Amino acid sequence: MSIHLPILPLVIPLLGGLFMLLPPFVGAERYAARRTASLCLITLQFACSVWLICSVMTTGPMMYAVGDWQPPFGIILYADLLSAMLLCLTSLLALGITLYSFSGVDREGRYFHPLIQFQLLGIYGAFLTNDLFNMFVFFEVLLISSYALVIHGGGKQRTAANIHYVILNLIGSSLFLIALGTIYGTTGTLNIAHMSQRITELTEGQTLIAQAGGSLLLIVFGLKSAMLPLHFWLPRTYAAATAPVAALFAIMTKVGVYCIYRVYTVIFGDQAGELANMIAPWIWPLAMLSVVVGTIGVLASPSLRTLAGNLVVVSVGTLLIAFALRTPEATAAGLLYLVHSTLITAALFLIADMLGQQRGKALDRFVIARKVSQPALLGALFFITALSVAGLPPFSGFLGKLVIMQSVTLGVEKAWVWSAILISSLLTIVALSRAGTTLFWRYPPNADPDESSMVSAWQVSGVVLLLLASFAMVIFGAFAVEYTTEAANQLHDIDALLDLMKLSDGVN
Amino acid sequence: MESLYVVCVGIITACGVFLCLRGRTFSIVVGLTMLSYAVNLFLFSSGRLNMTGAAVLGLAEDYADPLPQALVLTAIVIGFAMIAFVVILAMRGRADLGNDLVDGREPPDTKKLIDITRGKK
Repeated sequence: MSIHLPILPLVIPLLGGLFMLLPPFVGAERYAARRTASLCLITLQFACSVWLICSVMTTGPMMYAVGDWQPPFGIILYADLLSAMLLCLTSLLALGITLYSFSGVDREGRYFHPLIQFQLLGIYGAFLTNDLFNMFVFFEVLLISSYALVIHGGGKQRTAANIHYVILNLIGSSLFLIALGTIYGTTGTLNIAHMSQRITELTEGQTLIAQAGGSLLLIVFGLKSAMLPLHFWLPRTYAAATAPVAALFAIMTKVGVYCIYRVYTVIFGDQAGELANMIAPWIWPLAMLSVVVGTIGVLASPSLRTLAGNLVVVSVGTLLIAFALRTPEATAAGLLYLVHSTLITAALFLIADMLGQQRGKALDRFVIARKVSQPALLGALFFITALSVAGLPPFSGFLGKLVIMQSVTLGVEKAWVWSAILISSLLTIVALSRAGTTLFWRYPPNADPDESSMVSAWQVSGVVLLLLASFAMVIFGAFAVEYTTEAANQLHDIDALLDLMKLSDGVN
Repeated sequence: MESLYVVCVGIITACGVFLCLRGRTFSIVVGLTMLSYAVNLFLFSSGRLNMTGAAVLGLAEDYADPLPQALVLTAIVIGFAMIAFVVILAMRGRADLGNDLVDGREPPDTKKLIDITRGKK
């Protein structure tokens, strides 16, 4: 059983999502059955990912040859600490947003829960696969579900935002295929581990073509991760989508970041000869710009959701800074920050929705509006999240930013990275305190709060789950740091990867 | 043969890119379709163009690379589904937004250039 463990996280949402389209679950009035099934499936996925983490920690990275076609020919799933950790994070996030959606959001369309399952299938697949074309397929799986999820609930704004989102991503998919064709044409393989070997054996002309392919691939991953200057779609799409969907999308940009980490460490990493770290000179300015422009966006946002969308851009920039440092320590710090930023931005999207629910027509815009009817509860949640985003101790953001800054060693890099992260944090505090002041304290003196708009226990439990997870990161901080360090070492240890795939002896 | 192939792929890509940059969803759908054709042809060529390569083992000395064909098949299926989705979305957009512009409204500076009463007569 345990040798089939790496494929379990893919089989469960695939079959589960399909079953949820069958008679016992289909139909507008059977929503309770769909909710139960969805909760069971996601809990099962979470249990699976924890099991995967445990087994990877005891026995080392696992390889799963689908259909028993051995590398380099078959499609290989590869579970190391990094992918297991991201699987766990995704299923936890999915649990939070599913709980939140039980308040009634999931009943706005019949296929919410099955679509979430397919979305999860795509995300898990992208994290697990070690085959570049398979990665493309899983990207498409996650994208087509996300296209449907963005317009969940309907409405003019969502349709308009979705048209942009879909067209951009379709062009992105075309670029992905062109990049794949280029790289396959030169290296003759699709297995990521095998590519890392072949990339060193190219002739001069082929190297040039592979470089073009690698750069195209960066555009694709940059588009997915909302790296500057490909981030324009993000704030609008995320602000238009239903809150639980926007919260789930917090992990989608991280899929792009993960692919950058994986592909440009394993294929175009230190060992790649002429192409070693070929994108590093590009990533530096782009990462810095993402932080700067994201922070300006945060300051200029007219509503809490747009603000959260811009915070996603800032977090992607910070993650790319950690990538650009190109040391295992920096990668480890980036991974820690990735977990924190996913949980916290997701929580922020959900809190923005709850605030919008209580402020009448003003929703979450920063204008004077009806008083929030549960200021203590929502205020506390917002306060904790805001402190965590800004990176103040004792919350997870502090830990995340601290380890990134600690991992910088060179003097020049230190000046750039420290000032970028610290100034951006300061401005984030300014923006968030301004937002909180308007949302909670500025209201017309004679207007009574709308008592009928109480948030449901489901909504609160969803947000609390995400916040508790981020607390757990701080409480078990030593374990988290150790874990991400080990995960980063595994990511950078390409010889071990080749050994596991039995590719190291130079056959082929 | 190779230069002809390259020119064809290039022209289709150029047309696709041009159409994708237009402001209305119909031309973008056509552009995306052309782009996906170009991509499929491109992927197919990544296994090298070969007139004599055998498709079945044991019939000739050199074989055609079977992998790009599998990739193209997958890409065609996915591309087809995506185009179908974007067509439906474009129709939904036309219904929801009242026009077929990608931004959902007339860009302000081209108001004089486009006859906004078109289709309403």
